[in-house]
Amino acid sequence: MSASLYLVAMIVIPAIGAAAVAALPRERGLLAKQVTLGVSLVVLLLAVLATAAFDVDGDRFQLTTSVSWIPDFGAEFALGVDGIALVMLLLIGVLVPLVVTASWHEADAGPRPTRVFFAWLLLLEAMMVGVFVATDVLLFYVFFEAMLVPMYFLIGSFGGPRRQYAAVKFFLYSLVGGLIMLAAVIGLYVVSTSQLGEGTFAFDALRQLDIDPEVQKLLFLGFFVAFAIKAPLVPFHTWLPDSGAEAPIGGAVLLVGVLDKVGTFGFLRYCLPLFPDASRFFAPFVLVLAVVGILYAALLAMGQTDMKRLVSYTSISHFGFIALGIFAFTTEAGTGAVLYMVNHGLATGLLFIVVGMLIGRGGSRQIGDYGGVAAKAPLLAGAFLVAGLASLALPGTNSFVSEFLVLIGSFPERPVFTIVATVGIILAALYILLMYQRTMHGPPRGVLLQQDPAEPLSGTGTGTGTGTGTGGATAASATATATRPAAPGTLRVLDLSRRELAVVAPLIALIIGLGVYPQPLLDLIEPAVSATISDLGGTDR
Amino acid sequence: MPAEGLLAASWLLIALPLAGAAVLLLGGRRTDRWGHLLGTATVVAAFVLAVACTVQLAGLEERSADVELFTFISSGQLDVTAGLLYDPLSAIFALLITGVGSLIHVYSIGYMAHDPARRRFFAYLNLFVAAMLLLVLGNSFVALYVGWEGVGLASYLLIAFWYTRPAAATAAKKAFIMNRVGDVGLAIAIFVMFAQLGTTSYAGVFGSVGTLAGGTITAIGLLLLLGACGKSGQFPLQAWLPDAMEGPTPVSALIHAATMVTAGVYLIARSAPIYDLTPTARAVVLAIGALTLLIGAIAGCAYDDIKKVLAYSTVSQIGYMFLAVGLGPAGYVAGLAHLLAHGFFKAGLFLGAGSVMHAMNDGVDMRRFGALWRKLPVTFGTFGLGYLALIGFPFLSGYFTKDAIIEAALDRDDVWGWVLGGVAVLGAGLTAFYMTRLMLMTFFGRARWEDGVHPHESPSVMTAPMVVLAVGSVFSGALLVSVFPLSGWLEPVFGEPAEAAHVVAPALIGLVVTVVMLLGVLAAWLFVGRREVPVTAPARVSPVTRAARNALYADAVNESLFMRPGQWLTRALVWLDNRGVDGAVNGLAAGLGGTSSRLARTQTGFVRSYALGMLGGAVLVAGALLAVTSG
Repeated sequence: MSASLYLVAMIVIPAIGAAAVAALPRERGLLAKQVTLGVSLVVLLLAVLATAAFDVDGDRFQLTTSVSWIPDFGAEFALGVDGIALVMLLLIGVLVPLVVTASWHEADAGPRPTRVFFAWLLLLEAMMVGVFVATDVLLFYVFFEAMLVPMYFLIGSFGGPRRQYAAVKFFLYSLVGGLIMLAAVIGLYVVSTSQLGEGTFAFDALRQLDIDPEVQKLLFLGFFVAFAIKAPLVPFHTWLPDSGAEAPIGGAVLLVGVLDKVGTFGFLRYCLPLFPDASRFFAPFVLVLAVVGILYAALLAMGQTDMKRLVSYTSISHFGFIALGIFAFTTEAGTGAVLYMVNHGLATGLLFIVVGMLIGRGGSRQIGDYGGVAAKAPLLAGAFLVAGLASLALPGTNSFVSEFLVLIGSFPERPVFTIVATVGIILAALYILLMYQRTMHGPPRGVLLQQDPAEPLSGTGTGTGTGTGTGGATAASATATATRPAAPGTLRVLDLSRRELAVVAPLIALIIGLGVYPQPLLDLIEPAVSATISDLGGTDR
Repeated sequence: MPAEGLLAASWLLIALPLAGAAVLLLGGRRTDRWGHLLGTATVVAAFVLAVACTVQLAGLEERSADVELFTFISSGQLDVTAGLLYDPLSAIFALLITGVGSLIHVYSIGYMAHDPARRRFFAYLNLFVAAMLLLVLGNSFVALYVGWEGVGLASYLLIAFWYTRPAAATAAKKAFIMNRVGDVGLAIAIFVMFAQLGTTSYAGVFGSVGTLAGGTITAIGLLLLLGACGKSGQFPLQAWLPDAMEGPTPVSALIHAATMVTAGVYLIARSAPIYDLTPTARAVVLAIGALTLLIGAIAGCAYDDIKKVLAYSTVSQIGYMFLAVGLGPAGYVAGLAHLLAHGFFKAGLFLGAGSVMHAMNDGVDMRRFGALWRKLPVTFGTFGLGYLALIGFPFLSGYFTKDAIIEAALDRDDVWGWVLGGVAVLGAGLTAFYMTRLMLMTFFGRARWEDGVHPHESPSVMTAPMVVLAVGSVFSGALLVSVFPLSGWLEPVFGEPAEAAHVVAPALIGLVVTVVMLLGVLAAWLFVGRREVPVTAPARVSPVTRAARNALYADAVNESLFMRPGQWLTRALVWLDNRGVDGAVNGLAAGLGGTSSRLARTQTGFVRSYALGMLGGAVLVAGALLAVTSG
């Protein structure tokens, strides 16, 4: 296969896979899982091949393909990657097979067929790839909107007790953002028509336009609002805790790990290069949102009692760091921000997965319903700790490198914002260690406590975890257990199964490996970021 | 200059214990049987290597060796190479860490023999040794920072080692958080260095720091000091260290006495080229050292928990070290000599305390000790020598190293010199008081043991390290000050020792300090030794005692200034976010598009309307495009 077809294949293969899985008979649930896993592994292989074919010193966009799509409007089915998009493809490639494995029994117990869950997952993968590889703005918009559909159904059909509320809220927010962006896309087309004589959506052509600063401001805002909702920045964030909490774990991982990165990716790919004057004009405002978001969301994370909401709020705080890195307009900070996008996907992905494994065992999302788990499930506790340490950006984990680069790169340009943001690392330690202590340390107690010694050690942890799909019933039993006095007893919790180990081990290896030797990824990312900074008019020192 | 020979392999110093930790953590139960032996072997091997490296270093003309390993982070103008710097300063720390570390690993074989999680303990100890060696051997502030937070992690894991005890879990979290407060200072200092000098390596920063404005240098000095205060338990970040005694006693000895908590002193000494240029930052170091010296000593007088007394003693003794390095070139060597001597006697005292606890069914309340000298002769002997070394009994190590600090303070020859010297002398008296009180309550008087306690001497795997450390406590001071002077060894780092014109004759200082020390001993005998020790602490005490028992209310201040307002703020924000921000958006949506709640209820209807919306949007796009192209 020619290298230029890798990107097409990464969209087409999971899309076909999704159709095939959806067409399977209802009782072939296992086959649906196996096909999904196989397809997602093929996509991972393609992402690796694409990286191998990518020349770091070569053109900005590589592996390009372009087919005429809507000739009347000059819209093309144009694909290509720069280093930024490429590392996001690698992240997708790594996360999806792990999410499939982690979600193996996610849809077993629910009323809806297993195959539907996995079909949506594969379709989501195809759309996510598309949104990062599109080099035509209209095509980007189409993927941007289409991506919502599979995620909407993953949340709405397979989520927790308030899934419908969360799914609709997710949809409403995204839709509003998308429509505002659509207006800006059309505006951009209008400008290109007046300047080039012939309208175009091609990114490279649009980048050359010389847009009036006032028009730039309007168009910038159109894109910015859509991306700020997606990423999400405070105050556009309130949909994420609901979606993150109610989504099935696999959906939550892909939501905050990849989907939301489209927002920060959009800042870098579209806002900065297309509207350089407006970007500089709005930068102080964006930085205020970013830094306020870092502290505000971290404080909110500390105040959460629901683990999945807590992790969602930590992500909002982390998105503040990414936005800070992007709008500081230096190569170091921008490179750090892109690396942060990858690292956050791995670290928070692991955190969500481990939290999900705990919830699968106890049936409750409430921190207060757990305690002393480390004594009975040391592997689970260890994975939880590694994920937490990566989330608080401890040196030796991948997140340290990106957070450090963002901060040290932003400091020369924006010292005050950076100093305020740095205080966030204390809050990060607090929200992680508070949750860890309450669930893992202390004497055994809570919903996992063995109440009746005669009760057999049922296989709650061996993979029949019902997830949050049966949230209604488990929530009721959780409150019943919580009101009982915490009698001394032993926890009935089993440690990680082989399948669960196969999910967490690669993530832990990546977290530590990229924490010690991040340079290969930095080498991929940096040229694209410096190109973006020079599009901006090169304020680089 | 680039390292050759063994020095080129000095990265093995870090790799050996790191590999040990990895094997023990990943190997799981399979390594239970021999894990502690492997853990000990890696550190002993690292000690042998450190000795060999130091010998080779001594033979080099420049006495400095660089080891470049790999590019850690390179982006834009930032270029951080993972590399090591083996020079006289890092060499003495490498020897201290691996030497005392080896002894404490050996001791732990006995101390943790009956703990089911002994393998995990050795894994964490190995991890600590690796991180601590990275901290002192790294050749840039970034490498130091990585090690700095690495030892913080190891400290967290080891304080929380018995994590089913809520107090241990809370103490571990407190230590990590308070350290992070300091880390923010260290991080921002690194940002300033990069912004102003474009580099974070020691060579780069120290080579060009002189070109910066005075205010910038002072800012860097103060930010580094914040980091140092966090790690070393100095005012205002001292409250975590006594709580850290929740960890197993070997941890208290190695991490929270001999090595990790002295990292702040290392940081300031390593940054000497920066502090040399900023008298303002040095003055703050001095003030913090003197203040903490007194806070620790006063609190140490009031506690009944043997480990807490030793912990406050550590806080106080590190105050001495800060005071010394704050004096600048006159004090660096004195501070480091005290640090090394302290490493011996305080580690020995903690191991002795562990041996006592071993004998007393893990009790720590000195009011339930007493008369142990006959039952625990080796512990008593080694502990006694450590005690004499700490209070500065003539010709034991503390006598030489503490007097050198007081001399250096007085040599300033200004009013502050007298104030600082006076504080240090007063501190010596308080030290003698609280340590004598501890000795009397633990080893002398009547036996006040709880029922069922049958004291017995510890096994030789525990007492042997105590004996070695006791020997070090006796002789290290004399060795470091006069026989093999540390000032000569450290000359390549701090320059030639200036021939000090002594304001007060050293002999006279020695005499005065000895007299004050004896007064402290006498006071302790009058208050504690002469009377019967009550098994419960008297409740009706003077406000001074009450303040001392509460460590001068540091926790209360932290709680009312940060913790409670933080909790209120968090609660208020959660309310605001749920009702305010979210409510406003929901309300807006309801106002604009009809009813979001109705949409939420009728999911299928919503999807249909979404499809309609998409179609409408598409029509809109098509129409707009047509209008544009045709127009």
